[in-house]
Amino acid sequence: MKLTLEQVRHVAELARLGLSDDELEALAGELSSILEYIDQLEQLDTAAIAPTAQVGELVDVMREDEVLPSLDPEDALRNAPSREDGYFRVRAMQE
Amino acid sequence: MSAGASIADLGAALRAGTTSARELAQQSLDRIGEVDADLGAFLLTTPEQALAAADAADKGIASGAAGPLAGIPMAIKDVLCMEGVECTAGSRILAGFIPPYTATTVARALAAGALPVGKTNCDEFAMGSSNENSAYRPVHNPWDLTRVPGGSSGGSAVAVAAGETTFALASDTGGSIRQPAALTGTVGLKPTYGRTSRYGLIAFASSLDHVGSFTRTVADAATVLEAIGGHDPLDSTSSPRPLDGVRAGIGDGVRGMRLGVPSEYFVEGMEPGVEAAVRAAIAQLEKEGAELVEISLPHTSYGVAIYYILAPAEASSNLARMDGVRFGHSAPEEKSVVAQYLRARDEGFGPEVKRRIMIGTYALSSGYYDAYYVKAQKARTLVKRDFDEAFQAVDAIVCATSPTVAFPIGAKTHDPLAMYLNDVLTIPADLAGIPAISIPCGFSEGLPVGLQVMGPAWREDTVFRVASAYESLNDWGSREPALAGAA
Repeated sequence: MKLTLEQVRHVAELARLGLSDDELEALAGELSSILEYIDQLEQLDTAAIAPTAQVGELVDVMREDEVLPSLDPEDALRNAPSREDGYFRVRAMQE
Repeated sequence: MSAGASIADLGAALRAGTTSARELAQQSLDRIGEVDADLGAFLLTTPEQALAAADAADKGIASGAAGPLAGIPMAIKDVLCMEGVECTAGSRILAGFIPPYTATTVARALAAGALPVGKTNCDEFAMGSSNENSAYRPVHNPWDLTRVPGGSSGGSAVAVAAGETTFALASDTGGSIRQPAALTGTVGLKPTYGRTSRYGLIAFASSLDHVGSFTRTVADAATVLEAIGGHDPLDSTSSPRPLDGVRAGIGDGVRGMRLGVPSEYFVEGMEPGVEAAVRAAIAQLEKEGAELVEISLPHTSYGVAIYYILAPAEASSNLARMDGVRFGHSAPEEKSVVAQYLRARDEGFGPEVKRRIMIGTYALSSGYYDAYYVKAQKARTLVKRDFDEAFQAVDAIVCATSPTVAFPIGAKTHDPLAMYLNDVLTIPADLAGIPAISIPCGFSEGLPVGLQVMGPAWREDTVFRVASAYESLNDWGSREPALAGAA
């Protein structure tokens, strides 16, 4: 599978990575060769095989709906680059 | 006695009063001060925490109330959080991040009396096989400073190999404990998925992330697992199965055991010296009374391709939280929140992390989800099935951990795919979630070679039994690299 520069640019937007043109160009080549390697999976007949999402043995782990101690808001906010009145502060979605 | 001895020996010396936790903490910190400028294993040291823990351990030992790791120096891979101590995951994007909580495995090791001497270097977000993807500095292999230690837990491996600490906690997603253990001549354990809690581990690929250890001996690996493992309500994938009997087989030998030797694990490109050491180790186990059974794990060669869809897909989702809003590097000069995301993530992530986020985002994107992500999940089923069938016929599987010894720094950085292929022998156990260990089994061209032992899910006891039987027949694990400043 060969990726075009436009495809790579689109994926970078989806991934919220503000990559430079040089980075995008390098990635187009690197991702293409990685995907080419991954294409060997097409050799496997998996029509009758169920996908594995997790290998643990537990399913639908439940607990009582009780209020338990949790992170203090001050501790949760301590690493925030910008905060205001006990909230994380962000820019508007649009200028 | 120094920090470079085993947990078992240090524990005995501590109980006998011939050394103290305070002395061991100081020795470990001194050793780091002597050799780490050359090695780069530590991103930071925590002398205050280590010495405070040492004083508590010494009191506990004196009053007979000491935990199983009391007074033992411990390093912590910088993907495991410890409250109040900077945790970067080897990334610029988390520079200055101070976790407000402690990972369960770290908390349990501390409760058992371990002395936290510092946070160890690693590939950025545990993505890499050489530690060259650390945003801070590379780690050097103590057996040859011009070579890599393996990755992603290169710092943890070297900290143990060079006697800077007695054991280290780390994570293994595609081989990040076992491969560096092989390349540094240490014992690296990845337990069964669900055996150890992932709470407080900075997530890379949640269905593949395992917390395990580096130690000098197999018995020490069991001791650490007993201390850190078991159910944790804070990780809903952690198993309620008890750890009783996990060390019961140590010392029992391998007589009567059926050991599978998978032909697919002697891969093309395996170095002759590695193959010779591994085959000699397997022959030694046969001589000790194990029955060798040739087995086939036919989907082995697909492991890397499966992994490089699933792990990046999960990573692209997990790393979405690195947005510079709640923590981490931010771009306050940008005028919209989206522009801030784009810039903070471009500035904060290194090239390999960006590459994997891109692969993962692509594999999960509309139109490619079934062709890549679901296809890889189905192929994962086939890999798991290979193991399920093999363990019908054998008790454990023995093979190489890495197809090569430690390679020169810079040798593979230009070719991501060549780097990924380092993990061809370790990825399958992560995909299947089964326990696996790497132990030293000799040298090739003066560099350590690792023997890998894999067992059925929840049978760490079997893995320890086989590994300790081999360990008892030789002294590979007690050899030490000659380092400038070595005591």
